[in-house]
Amino acid sequence: MDFEYLFELLCSGVVKGSIYALIALGYTMVYGIIQLINFAHGEVYMIGAFVAFIVTGVLTLSGHSGLTVLLLAALAAVIYAAAYGYTLEKIAYRPLRNAPRLSPLISAIGASIFLMNFVQLVQTPDFLPFPELISDFDFMEPISRYLSSVDLIILIVTTVTMIALTVLIKYTRTGKAMRATQQDMIMARLSGINVDRVISATFIIGSVLAAIAGVLIASRTGQINSAIGFTAGLKAFTAAVLGGIGNIPGAVLGGLVLGIAETLGAGYISSAYEDVFAFGLLVLILTLRPSGLLGKAVKQKV
Amino acid sequence: MAHFKRSLGIGLWFMFLTLPLMVVRVNTISREVEWRWYNLAWAGLCAFVIAWFWQFSIERRTARRAQVAANPHPAVEKLSLVQRLADDPVLSRRLLAVAAVVAIIFPWLVSTGQNFYHVNVMVSALIFVVLGLGLNITVGLAGLLDLGYIAFFAVGAYTYALLSKNFDLGFWTCLPLGGLMSMLFGVILGFPILRLRGDYLAIVTLGFASITKIVLENWDTLFGGAAGIANIPRPEFFGMALDSRQKSVYTYYIVLALVAVTIFVTNRLKNSRAGRAWMALREDEIASVAMGVDMARTKLSAYALGAFWAGLVGVVFAAHNNFINPDSFTFMDSAMILAMVVLGGMGSILGVIIAALALKLLPEYLRAFAEYRMLVFGAVMVLMMIFRPQGLINNMRRKYEYDTAQGGKDNGGN
Amino acid sequence: MAATKGEKLLEVSGLSMDFGGLRAIDNIGFELFAGEIVALIGPNGAGKTTVFNCITGIYEPTMGDVTIHPPGGTCRRINGMKPNSITSLGMARTFQNIRLFPAMTVLENVMIGRHCRTGSTIIDAILSSRRSRREEKETVDKSYRLLQKVGLADVADEFSRNLSYGAQRRLEIARALATDPFLLLLDEPAAGMNPQETHELDELIVRIRAEEQVAILLIEHDMKLVMNISDRIYVMEYGKEIAQGTPREIKENPKVIEAYLGEEVHA
Ligand SMILES: Nc1ncnc2c1ncn2[C@@H]1O[C@H](COP(=O)(O)OP(=O)(O)OP(=O)(O)O)[C@@H](O)[C@H]1O
Ligand SMILES: [Mg+2]
Repeated sequence: MDFEYLFELLCSGVVKGSIYALIALGYTMVYGIIQLINFAHGEVYMIGAFVAFIVTGVLTLSGHSGLTVLLLAALAAVIYAAAYGYTLEKIAYRPLRNAPRLSPLISAIGASIFLMNFVQLVQTPDFLPFPELISDFDFMEPISRYLSSVDLIILIVTTVTMIALTVLIKYTRTGKAMRATQQDMIMARLSGINVDRVISATFIIGSVLAAIAGVLIASRTGQINSAIGFTAGLKAFTAAVLGGIGNIPGAVLGGLVLGIAETLGAGYISSAYEDVFAFGLLVLILTLRPSGLLGKAVKQKV
Repeated sequence: MAHFKRSLGIGLWFMFLTLPLMVVRVNTISREVEWRWYNLAWAGLCAFVIAWFWQFSIERRTARRAQVAANPHPAVEKLSLVQRLADDPVLSRRLLAVAAVVAIIFPWLVSTGQNFYHVNVMVSALIFVVLGLGLNITVGLAGLLDLGYIAFFAVGAYTYALLSKNFDLGFWTCLPLGGLMSMLFGVILGFPILRLRGDYLAIVTLGFASITKIVLENWDTLFGGAAGIANIPRPEFFGMALDSRQKSVYTYYIVLALVAVTIFVTNRLKNSRAGRAWMALREDEIASVAMGVDMARTKLSAYALGAFWAGLVGVVFAAHNNFINPDSFTFMDSAMILAMVVLGGMGSILGVIIAALALKLLPEYLRAFAEYRMLVFGAVMVLMMIFRPQGLINNMRRKYEYDTAQGGKDNGGN
Repeated sequence: MAATKGEKLLEVSGLSMDFGGLRAIDNIGFELFAGEIVALIGPNGAGKTTVFNCITGIYEPTMGDVTIHPPGGTCRRINGMKPNSITSLGMARTFQNIRLFPAMTVLENVMIGRHCRTGSTIIDAILSSRRSRREEKETVDKSYRLLQKVGLADVADEFSRNLSYGAQRRLEIARALATDPFLLLLDEPAAGMNPQETHELDELIVRIRAEEQVAILLIEHDMKLVMNISDRIYVMEYGKEIAQGTPREIKENPKVIEAYLGEEVHA
């Protein structure tokens, strides 16, 4: 058994998984509050990556380069993703708050198709090269086989982001309102919480996380296109379900498990079937344990 | 005035939203940045106009709902023109007869000599009509949101391609086999997943369709990989040799017959014990099982039956195209079939047919539209859910014949 | 399947149900005999609906036994059985939060109740076989007769979502009766009705018992209705059974009076 290879795969799996986790958080938070699979979440992630690409493109072509460009691009991505997430909720989901359960889901699918094709039309359907803005750190040299400098940054950023999210949810007013709304929307409203605003905030936070993921993944893979949101969204949703949808630590765990399972499958079996492992895992978990790894089975009140 | 101000605000907001994506385009090859400022004006203007209509429509929607809540028994329900036509049995029967005649003579109307382009277009459109009607059973009647319906279509198409290639089986033998194969797939897949809640089901079916496509793309030895399978025989006609025009016309009649059979079957099922159980499950699962409906079995039957039609028409598709590859079976195709069902009105046969024809024929004849069609479909799905969830044509309510004089005494309402 | 009076139909013993850490019902036991109307009362959140859900298979109870003795059939323990199987065995219910099929007509709602008493398959329907035609006619006739019984015949072709609250509750009763039950479970049938409607419901329930030969288990907050029509009453509070007896006994039971703060019982 080749342990170095295994370790290499594990590292890459963790990096990948932490990005899935970032996107999965958006799914899980929205689902926790309004029980909707925000199908268009992957598109918000894609738009984040595209905005970052455009900003880096404009800046690098006018002669700038380096980490500052990446930071500016990330900032723009975050702002725009938040704006799109917010607008999406207002247009496609809010009017359907009391509709039958499938209506908002179909609306979400429509929104996803719309956004994907919108970007494809106003930008391009082709793959675009995302510039390398992170130069290799010297101290990473000895372990570059396992972890590149980009990977290191990804791990740092995702960890910091998740800690920030935890603090936000645990200690801020918004976070408390979010938890109250998740428990019982009617009671939350009765006790004076502006539920609409909480829902908007949830979408904004989820979108911000997705945008960060978008920028990170674009820097890692070095290319983007208008269809990346679809697969990534599906995988991240898998991660959310895997961990137990609505459960925030679950999303992180699910992301990591999925990332590792996928890289191991690709590394040891066949990389062509990488997505099959992810979706196979989804089908398996949903049929065997629909409440996920950390989720509790809730009985619907009758 | 308030509307005007809000619309203006929304227009500005959308100008901000679309700023990077619509204005800037970075060409990484020529290393230039293209600035398309005129797009910004367009975005603002469109958003302004749409916002105006949007507010107006939402207001109207709210008013109408309040009215319905205040007076749940409207003496005369206001119905759209199409709705009234669809509800009028005599008129709709006549229209149906006319439509049937037109459908039958269609190939002779539009094809002259060797020009049978329109017939081929119509065959593709009718294939999607059958798909729409099949998915209508699963989604429209039984409320099972299947986002991977195209996979069953693929199963049918590949069944025919492989059977005819490897075992020399003919079209007519493969037609039912393709349907049954898909149905088998539906049952095997449906068995574990149909217990899932509606939204999970949607995602799992989507995942299943992705898996199917990946397998088709990568298993070269069996499925021909990304290149697909070519030289699939066209339907045979009692061993006679047909030229390509005749073949197209022949295929046209086969699909047309398939459409007719699908309509007939769906119609029979809609007002049957099974159909009512599907609808009940769609409306309320817990109430249905509490009233004695076997959920697993009922769902499975709807799912498998929907799959059956997809498989059937998949065989026709493979035969008509001569050639299949995994690119014909993407998520966007599933989404388009779903859009047909949603647009047509869940459960409404006529609505689905009209929607399917429109969604398939418009892009074909309006090339300008073709480019924007997925954009439009996406927007339409959102708008339909918000403003007209019942679809273009409401699922007609069935009136049963009953003997009012019989049994028990009638106390009248309250 | 008419049961002779006095025959035992349902026996519940040691029934408990936990939701996470919450014990919603705790060691409940009761029985019900043919021809009876038995009421289950108690303050909000006492666990009455949960008892119904455990009996009808919507939830699987954490502990305890639910045994039914269908008239003319063999006795069976039904915990953990699927709701639809339990309904086929002859128990049918209504819901506290009305659960009709809103986009189906009033008649179709009742016809769903006949589902478990008919058997035409998809093939029958496609071929319009003799069996399917016969069953279809029987279903329509029987359903319409039930609508007449609950006074909804003239709105048979309306969508059920367009009915008034009281009418929807009566429709739920008709739908449940369509399953040919020997035991009917009504969860707050008078909730949201005005006094006039409640009075009519009172008569309806008694009439149903006589004409359809069903026993009735009733959850209700309207004490006047409960005291009027029940033969026996079980009282629950915080998941536990605190009293049982005839209406008269219950009215005078100090525990019950305390549970209700001494108000409603005397209403
Ligand atoms: N599915 C569930 N999950 C968690 N808790 C539940 C569930 N169903 C009921 N409960 C809890 O169990 C307790 C009993 O509820 P139940 O609905 O049985 O009361 P009830 O006696 O019917 O009250 P009411 O008169 O208000 O209808 C309540 O505290 C309720 O919150
Ligand atoms: Mg209750």
